[in-house]
This record gives sequence, C-alpha cells and structure tokens, in this order.
Amino acid sequence: MSINIDKNPESDVLPERIRRFPFPFTAEQYRYSANVEPAHKTVETEAGAWGAGLIDIDEFYLQELADRDQILTRDPSRMQVLPHMRPAVWDALTAVLSSMAEDYPDTMSFHREGNTCRWQNTLQNLNIEFTAGDDDSLPGGPMRFLGSQIQDDIVLLDIREDTMWLDAGLVSFAADWSFSFDVGMNFLEIHGPVPRVKEENIVRRAEQFLMRLQPGEQFRRTNWTMTIGQRLDTSTETYPEWGPDRGTIATDPDLPDKLHLRVEVQHLIRLPHTGVVMFLIRSYLLSLTDIAKVPVWREKLGHVLAELPEDMAEYKGIIRYRKAASDWLLAS
Amino acid sequence: MTTTALPISAHPAVEGGLQLEVTSVSVQTESIVSIILANPSGGTLPSYVPGSHLVVQYGDGVNAYSLTGSGNAPSEYAISVLRVEDGAGGSMAMHQLAVGDRVYVSRPRSAFAPVSTATHHLLVAAGIGITPVLSHARAAADRGTTSSLIYVYRPGAGAHVDEARELLGPALTECSNRTGFQEVLTEQLASQNLGTHLYVCGPGAFMDGVLGQARELGWPEARLHSEAFGAAELDEGEPFSVNLVRSGIKLEVPAGVSLLETLENAGKTIPNMCRKGICGECSLSVLRGAPQHRDLYLTDEEKAENTTMMCCVSRSEDPELELDL
Repeated sequence: MSINIDKNPESDVLPERIRRFPFPFTAEQYRYSANVEPAHKTVETEAGAWGAGLIDIDEFYLQELADRDQILTRDPSRMQVLPHMRPAVWDALTAVLSSMAEDYPDTMSFHREGNTCRWQNTLQNLNIEFTAGDDDSLPGGPMRFLGSQIQDDIVLLDIREDTMWLDAGLVSFAADWSFSFDVGMNFLEIHGPVPRVKEENIVRRAEQFLMRLQPGEQFRRTNWTMTIGQRLDTSTETYPEWGPDRGTIATDPDLPDKLHLRVEVQHLIRLPHTGVVMFLIRSYLLSLTDIAKVPVWREKLGHVLAELPEDMAEYKGIIRYRKAASDWLLAS
Repeated sequence: MTTTALPISAHPAVEGGLQLEVTSVSVQTESIVSIILANPSGGTLPSYVPGSHLVVQYGDGVNAYSLTGSGNAPSEYAISVLRVEDGAGGSMAMHQLAVGDRVYVSRPRSAFAPVSTATHHLLVAAGIGITPVLSHARAAADRGTTSSLIYVYRPGAGAHVDEARELLGPALTECSNRTGFQEVLTEQLASQNLGTHLYVCGPGAFMDGVLGQARELGWPEARLHSEAFGAAELDEGEPFSVNLVRSGIKLEVPAGVSLLETLENAGKTIPNMCRKGICGECSLSVLRGAPQHRDLYLTDEEKAENTTMMCCVSRSEDPELELDL
C-alpha cells in the first residue's frame, strides 16, 4: 500500500518502519528549541511521511502493548493517578478513543450516549461497553485501559497556582527517566535536570504556551535520544538491565544493528472537559543500519552526533559512544 | 419564527467554531432569556470545562456568554442573556433569536475553571453572574465534590433560581438585599474548611467587594477565582498597516486577523511553525514603528529594542509598521 511515488525510487522498497519513521533533524546540528507545531499535519521525509493522525498504530502495535502489560504487572508504579485526577483520566480516555475511531474507521468505533460508551477495536477483537466516570466499568480502570489501546505513554498535567503538576500517567517506555519519581512535581521541577533549557528560558515559555492552550487544541513536538537494543523500556527503574551497554557499545562490532535513534513524537493536548494538559509520548526506534539506508538521514545524524555539545551529549547518555556512531555513519 | 439569515462569513473570533441551531428560547425574567443551541445534524457537541464561555456572532459583532451546563459530553449548549438596552447591540440581537435560527459560535473557551484539588467550592454570584457558577455547581455534583452558592438577585429578577434550588438544596443561600448578603458572606467566608476555593461572578464592584473581604479574612490568593461576566477577552487587537519596504507594497491588517495571515493572503511565504508566538520561526525585522509584542519567544530586552517581531501573534502600537520584507 505504498502511497508515495516520489523522486527517490529506492523509497518504494524500503520497509514500513523506515518509511513511517519520524526522522527529526532538518539541519546538521541540533539544539533545544520550543519546536511545537499544530498536530495532524503530514510531514514528508526523504523516505516517506509521518504525522497525519493523532494516534499512530503500526506493525508493532500488539507487541508493544503486550510488553507494556508485562511491565505494568511487574512494576505497578509505572501507572499512577492522584485522586483529584480521576475526571481527567476519563476525559483523556474518551477524547483519545473518539479520535482513534475517526482516524481508523475500518477497525475502530466509539459511540457515546450520555455516560454510556461503546468501544470496538477489531485489532484486539474488542467490543466493550463502559460507563464514563465509573472506574469499575473497565478492566483495570480507565488509565490502564487507555494504556492497552495506544502505544503512546500518557502523562496528565493539572493546571493550578499558575503552573502545571504531573499528577497522573502511565509511562512504561520512559527514555532514561522515572515517572514515579516525577509524580506530584511541577513543570519546572520535572525539567530541573535538563541542561541549557533553564538559562534559555525554554521551560517557562513552554509552560506558558501549554497553559494558554484552549481546551480541544492539539499540538506536537519531537524529541530524540539513542537506545541500545530494540528496547523501549529504558526507565530509571530498569537501569541495571540496559545501563551497562552504554559502556561497551562503542567497540561492539554489531553497533550499527544494536544502536538505535530513538524519536519521541509528543502530542500536547488540552483536554476538553477538565482542561488538563495531556502529553502523549510515542517512541520510535530505528537502527543505524536502517538509518543508513536513507543517505540524507545517514549524513544528517552523523553530523548532528559529531557536533552535539558535551553537556547535551552527557544528558542524553550518549557521550561514550556518539563518536563511534557518527564515525560509522559518516564513513559508510 | 423569524428567519435570521446566517451572516455570510464567520467573524474571526468564531473561526474554526461551530454552526448551531436555536432549539429553544425561554424567558427567565423580564430581562433575561435562556437560549439552547444544538447541532443541526444532531449528535453531541464538544465537552467544555465548567465555567467556560461561548463566543456568539450577531451580525458583524460578537459577544461572549457563559455556558450553564456541566460541560460533560453535552448534546446542547445553554446560555442566558441579559438584555442591555444601551449596550453595543449584541444582547438585543440575541433576544430576537427564535427557534430554528442558525448562529456561528466559537468552540467553548475556558477562563474560569474549577480547581481539581478543591475540597469544596464556595460559589458567589450576583444577577446574571449566576450563569458560570451554575455550570460549576453542576460539574461539582457530577464529580462528587461539594459546592455551596450564595446568590444575590433583585426580587423577581433571579434567573435559574429553581434549578439552583433543586441542584443545591440547603447549600443555596438566596439574598435579595445588601445587608442580608453581607451577613451571609462574612459568616461563610469565616467558616470554611481548609481546601475550599472561592469563585465569584457578578458586576466589578461586587466582585471586588467579595474578594477584598476574603483577603481581609486571610484567604490566600490561590484560592480566589473571579470572572467579570460577559467581559471575556477576545483580544482581536486594533487594525494597523504594514509597509513592506523591499516589496514596495502596503497592506492593511484588520482587527482579528494576524499579520502572518495578512502576509500569506498577499502571497508572501513566511516560515512559521506554531502560529502561537512560542517557536520563533515567523520572526520579522522591523525597520520603523513599535510592535505590540504578544509573543512568548522574545526576551524583554529584545522586545524593548523593537527591531524584531513574531508576526503570528504580535501587532502594532503605531498606526503603521515598516518591515524588511
């Protein structure tokens, strides 16, 4: 079902994971910026396109949801809802399900009559009726259920006292942070460890932007890091499992297959009924081997990694191997 | 039934909004009518945050009215409009609406939201100020939080009194004179449990009085919330003109239309991303004139220099700006 007939004849034979990958770099260097744009806008890349819809469902849908289920069973702290956030969780669930039904009419449908809701998702053979506002009407409650329908991690920020508070969420695929450590913090506290952004006043600006969004408005941004192995759960909680690879990957002959560019497409949505800000974080992994199949990507990523200032490379946790990665990309 | 023709084009303040049909008009008091709006093709309307308002277009103008429902998956929007004889004409036009008329409205906008961590909502309303706090009371009941309401109105001129009585029961205190209200207010402000938030809506002087008394009694600022009824800011800005020096053309930027949109309409391609004044992409060089900076991108120092502006949100303090375009 290739929809892109473009200048690059090779792109037609590239696998979906490459064609749909949200390659984030537009230049050969990267700095933090408030790179927000309206959601629902298709971005053409050198290999294909991404970004037409809100919730992206791809070939890894069932696998990632199964992974998440195991992670949550093993470590329930990955999901938390402070009591005052219950209405916001329902707001999030109904908003996301109705958006999915609109984007995937062939496989999904959502109907609501008062508080009685019916959700069908044929990808999971699911046909379920529940009552909005009644936590017992859904298996595991509304947050866990939402996490079983979308690949995105979910973070809900309440707006009070002229700032935002991370008061609920379900985050199974954190990129080197701990959701349960951050629960209850405000926006400035959450971003405390990020270098440069305080000096550049990016956090305060981003916060003002989010608090001024009107209910129903939807924006997005991308962020990136690198991950060793095909693993989405690189949370602080599982550091002992993945952290040591950072010290050995530079000299590993399998570096191009093992090392992945990790891109997050983050949607920023002001929920309609509670006004809570919902962050959806959808994570994509693509190995350097795959990146190198798109010559422009290979070069851009190679230069970005080579040029990235030390403090940013340190924060992203890539400082020990970014040179090996950029050398490989720029040499091949 | 009158057939008010739908205005030819939507006012900028209701752009991206909805076209709704009047399904009911009912008299609340001598000077207040309630108007129910629904989707002409049926179906639910967007949910809204309690205390939200709707911008409604009448002729060439727009007015903002508080929504009185809870905002949870509504099938209709209800507003109540006080007739203001010497106003700009909006309320008079609204009072002439009849069942079957179509109106352009914005999506609901939130500027008076309840606080999720409040343990109790103390609502205080005067006159038509009842409308947003009625929405708060309904949402609190929905969410299982408690609320109480002090409602001041002239005898015989109270809108939504029966609904408030039914919704709140003994948690409603009705007052019809100043002395009685003062006593009730002082008593309630002084006896709230920790965690109560105060929401007040009514004429400016009334709100100032209530908030002032709350502060005197030691209420922290973060627990005080108010909305001047009908005065929700639209902030569409003043019209101005821009002189594009390099292109040798002059353009008029009307109220409610951004400079970026004006330039795009004139065929100019301006790099842009967020269109909200935060990303910094649509920066323009200003050669003469003082921009009215409304963005979040430039620092205060940069704004003071008046040499750069973000054309998606910023406008002009001067009648004309000269741009390096």
